[in-house]
Amino acid sequence: MLKIKDLYAGLEGKDILKGINLEVKAGEVHAIMGPNGSGKSTLASVVAGKEEFEVTKGEIIYENEDISELDPEERAHKGIFLSFQYPIEIPGVSVTNFIKTAINETRKAKKMDDMPASEMLKMIKEKAAMLEIDRKFLSRSLNEGFSGGEKKRNEIFQMAMLEPKLAILDETDSGLDIDALKVVANGVNKLKSEDNAIVVITHYQRLLDHIVPDFVHVLMNGKIVKSGTKELAYELEERGYDWIKEELV
Amino acid sequence: MSFKDKLLSSYIALEDYLEFDSPLHDVRNNAIKIFEEKGFPTKKDEEWKYTSLNSLLKTDYSVYSNKERNVELQDVRKYFLNEIDTYKLVFIDGVYSSFLSETTHDTLDVCLMSAALNKKKYKPVIEAYFNKAAKSDSLTALNTAFTKEGAYIHIPAHKEVEKPIEILNFSTGNEAAMFLQPRNLIVVGENAHVQIIERHQSLSTNEVLTNSVTEIFAEKRAYVDYYKIQNDVESASLIDNTYISQQRDTVCRVHTFSFGGKLVRNNLNYFQNGENCDSTLKGITILKGKQHVDHNTLVHHISPNCESHQDYKGLFADSSVGVFNGKIIVEKDAQKIDAYQQNDNILIDDNATINAKPQLEIFADDVKCSHGCTIGQFDEEALFYLRSRGIGMKEARGLMMYAFANTVLESVKIPELKVRINKLIANKIGVSLGFEL
Repeated sequence: MLKIKDLYAGLEGKDILKGINLEVKAGEVHAIMGPNGSGKSTLASVVAGKEEFEVTKGEIIYENEDISELDPEERAHKGIFLSFQYPIEIPGVSVTNFIKTAINETRKAKKMDDMPASEMLKMIKEKAAMLEIDRKFLSRSLNEGFSGGEKKRNEIFQMAMLEPKLAILDETDSGLDIDALKVVANGVNKLKSEDNAIVVITHYQRLLDHIVPDFVHVLMNGKIVKSGTKELAYELEERGYDWIKEELV
Repeated sequence: MSFKDKLLSSYIALEDYLEFDSPLHDVRNNAIKIFEEKGFPTKKDEEWKYTSLNSLLKTDYSVYSNKERNVELQDVRKYFLNEIDTYKLVFIDGVYSSFLSETTHDTLDVCLMSAALNKKKYKPVIEAYFNKAAKSDSLTALNTAFTKEGAYIHIPAHKEVEKPIEILNFSTGNEAAMFLQPRNLIVVGENAHVQIIERHQSLSTNEVLTNSVTEIFAEKRAYVDYYKIQNDVESASLIDNTYISQQRDTVCRVHTFSFGGKLVRNNLNYFQNGENCDSTLKGITILKGKQHVDHNTLVHHISPNCESHQDYKGLFADSSVGVFNGKIIVEKDAQKIDAYQQNDNILIDDNATINAKPQLEIFADDVKCSHGCTIGQFDEEALFYLRSRGIGMKEARGLMMYAFANTVLESVKIPELKVRINKLIANKIGVSLGFEL
């Protein structure tokens, strides 16, 4: 589904990603771990198409197409979703209206008619119930005054509504208490299928108890320096990252 | 002959029709003297630094309409808030239209300035209130001198008006260019409540210049909720002078929606003459082309323990120009004041301009005054967020503009009006938002 080949990307001529190679197949869950500043969020943003980052080398192949020149919205239309580490507050537009716009814009791009209002409503109800989201919450302004946990839950709600093929969850666990974490993880697991893939970016192994990865990668200094299975995550939790640094030397 | 001279000679002609023994005669005479002396304001005047009337004053306006006016309900119906029942005061080229209006004298007076000026029973009210709040700047004085027609609204004490009152000023274009001067007097008695919607609308593309004056008196514990809809055609200009005099424990709210017109100048003045007043001034301005809208606000805190809230938002596209000049004066005795002023602007295009000038004059020592002003472009992070959800660049910008403007609507108390304005905003932004408004 996603094949990143020798990817170099950065800001203002300075590469942050320095030769990333990663393959994610449908049905898989990948976790990307690594210390602060290693380039995890940059990788997520570059795949989602944030224009401020410049790809200087390499390819991002998604469903057999190099998407590195596509606009963020075009990538979204193709089924790529990024759950933001810091979701943006937009006063003046409700969660419901925002999601309606997102869904209908995606449908428009696919030459489909707007989703019928009744269908939309039903879907919103269903997904909100799955994530234990209150109806009142949906009429509030997008992310405005939301707690950290509410913001993250709202991100997963959007994911549930948009039904992406490739979901990248950037630090979705930060700001969540253990109960909220379970609800969110449970929601993500329900959305998992043979046809989609999930990339989880996290500092901590905690989330991976609930969203169990097939593969774990360690990102350091813009490169994936070690890959393994979920056991690697436990090892990182226990021993930190220094031993990997030493291994590399 | 300059337009000023034309007005001065028109006044001499008007004088022949006036009753010399009317108490108003002196008021008019004084007013025309002020106008004669000061003339139209120019950019040299500090208050008019960013707005020039020069190009407007080159037009040869008719001061009175002589031709027949032919307006059917179907021509103007869409400008009424016809989703709900309202009182209506409709003026066509400055002349009252009884056919289109719905007035009342039943417990409250919703009627005409011309009637109020001429009938004996209104005399005490006119003497007590007329021109008592208005400042004596030249444009207000010009309007005062020519006072003839407009809305006269008198809400007796303890009356809660059950439906909004609409004041609609239409111009037909029967004259090549028209100068209009509506004069409104609104007296809201003790503990009375009223909602008013005011609109100026040209029905043609002929030039119109309106110099409107509205005086609002809120007696103690009164509640006044006032909405100005400025969505006129691009050949129409408006100078709106509004004066609000608040007695103690009153709430007066004015929302100004400036979406249209060629040049609009809003002079909105609040005077807090008693304790515990609440003044709210909110505005949304959305401009494109060469439109020019100038908000000049004054909140005069004369008494202690009062609040004022100002929140103006503007979106400026193409080479449009916005001005926000917000003055807050806190007098020495006006302790424990909480005055808040916020003005946020987004410049959509490189050629758009905003001139923002907050002015705070504080003579009391125990007050809370805060003001903020932002001028920005779109937040790139927010745009990326929207685009990552599949919303295209144009729509993402549209949604951001809609959201930005929409926050001001939260305080609109008439649901049907809120929906109307909401639709107007979406329409001005010109993108489909993917949800029903």
